[in-house]
Amino acid sequence: MMQDPSNLLVLALVLPVAGLLLALVVGGRYAGRIALWLMPVGLAIAVMLVVSVIRADDALVYDLGGWMPPLGVALRADGLSAIFILTTVAVIGATGIFARTEFRTLPGQPETRTSLTFWALLLALWGALNLVFLSNDLFSLFVALELLTFSAIPLVCLDGRAGTLAAGLRYLLFALFGSVLYLLGAVLLYGAYGTLDIGLLSGLVRPEPVAWGAAALMTVGLMAKTALFPLHFWLPPAHAGAPAAASAVLSALVIKASLFLIVRLWFDAMPALMNPTAAQVLATLGAAAILFGSVLALRQARLKLLIAYSTVAQIGYLFLIFPLIVRPESGSFAAADLYTELAATVVSTSAWSGGVLQAVSHAFAKAAMFMAAGLIAQSLGHDRIADLSSIGRALPITVLAFALAGMSLMGLPPSGGFAAKWLLLTATIETGQWWWALVILGGGLLTGGYLFRVLAPALFGSRQSVTLRAPVARYREVVVLALALCSVLLGFVRLGAFDLVQIGRLAKAGMGLP
Amino acid sequence: MISTTTLFGLSSVILVGLGLFGLIVNPQPLRKILAFNLLGSGVFLLFGVIARRGAGAGLNSDPVPQALVITGLVVAFAATALAVALLLRLFQETGQAITLDTEDPSIHAPARSNDP
Repeated sequence: MMQDPSNLLVLALVLPVAGLLLALVVGGRYAGRIALWLMPVGLAIAVMLVVSVIRADDALVYDLGGWMPPLGVALRADGLSAIFILTTVAVIGATGIFARTEFRTLPGQPETRTSLTFWALLLALWGALNLVFLSNDLFSLFVALELLTFSAIPLVCLDGRAGTLAAGLRYLLFALFGSVLYLLGAVLLYGAYGTLDIGLLSGLVRPEPVAWGAAALMTVGLMAKTALFPLHFWLPPAHAGAPAAASAVLSALVIKASLFLIVRLWFDAMPALMNPTAAQVLATLGAAAILFGSVLALRQARLKLLIAYSTVAQIGYLFLIFPLIVRPESGSFAAADLYTELAATVVSTSAWSGGVLQAVSHAFAKAAMFMAAGLIAQSLGHDRIADLSSIGRALPITVLAFALAGMSLMGLPPSGGFAAKWLLLTATIETGQWWWALVILGGGLLTGGYLFRVLAPALFGSRQSVTLRAPVARYREVVVLALALCSVLLGFVRLGAFDLVQIGRLAKAGMGLP
Repeated sequence: MISTTTLFGLSSVILVGLGLFGLIVNPQPLRKILAFNLLGSGVFLLFGVIARRGAGAGLNSDPVPQALVITGLVVAFAATALAVALLLRLFQETGQAITLDTEDPSIHAPARSNDP
């Protein structure tokens, strides 16, 4: 098996789906155990995938059934996919451990529907995410996105209360709007170019009206699924209403999948379309998301809603990479500029690395924050920010984890968030787009503001004793702390991330030459 | 005289337009779900038109879009089923017809319903 590393791509897809089917057969009592046993295996596969991609120094490709595109459908793992697959399994694994007791069936008690649903959907989510990261075909990606949506929405309304059901329904309607627009775009591309394979499209797409229309439809559709401002209305109630373990996965991973697809579309499938105007529009929406999300987060009364609005804001940073990779003057990829080739290569790499690092460190930090908020809500019986005074005395590890994760979101050194924002800032200065630097810095200040609202009373509140309604298991606190530490420690590995992100990029330097 | 392909193409455009309008403008979830189906039908019809137009030598139509349309129909059907199930459950829980207006306070502030 190991002679051909591209078999890993198939394994990464088969493992969660096999687990899901097995869980449905054996029922909720054992579903959790199956999921937890599969996660180390999945981690091993993801690590092997990363190692194989680095060793091959190129993307791994697996043609399903031995049929090459355009007749067949291919799976493809480049450096970016490998990083996201590893992040996914890490966050899903931590979520599994965190949720182990919450969704288990005690011996002698009847099996609950919630427990089976949670574990089956967690596995389905995992499989769907891997499919999004590995597919190299716009229609497979559509199916993957739909799988992801269908497994994410029931997680939102797992408790079946009216509020969360309404949030789930609203999420579903936004997601359907997004997926149908995406499909319409894919259909237009097929009509114009006769293929849906990303690799083939990248050489065929020309800047012409049909391609522009398709790109616009697909981007708007995916924006709705990513909850980019102004299509973010569904996110806060959905993510804040879900159980803590579910919100962690939804906020950390699910919205990143559609974002990953936007990046794939613009840089891999349609590199000829990528121009400064489109990049500036995307980044403007990102900047609006940062400011709007942060200001709304400042005004929230409940901790989970605050964290959800913070997700709206942090997603914005990821859209800032577009103008930093595509420079305003040259009209093509930054790296294609012959005169400043050396400097431009550095710019393009730092924007790429900054964006990926932001996505990964936000995934860890946001998962940690939602789980910490879940523990706080469980032990206090509420999550009203006004009544969180001195909670740091009662739950020191949880609050420490929340603070560390917050540090990464704010971008304080030496966290992963700092490294990401530093790389993005460097890229803004080097490409001469200082206005995006202001947005990044302003966003950091606002993030500091809304986290201070939570942390200042939590750590330095005047109350002497806090009565906890329910004790919090130590191992769950440790999981949260480990996630937060991952997010902080990512700040130290950024030099290694440079090369991996670039491996297997379809649009390498020079491809965008006019 | 207008050709069949153009006629079906224009019909699909009308369906897409109607569906998008309904999905965005209508506040009632059931109508939104129906509009989504209308929109989906428009997209599938367009795909059929493309299949017809892109027919290779000696074939009636390009088979790839047809395969994709079938998959797309299954996905759209599943989506509709999930949406209707959610809507029915929501109706059971609240006992009233729901609108998903952005201004609806009961949706925007789940704080009350979320307190244990």
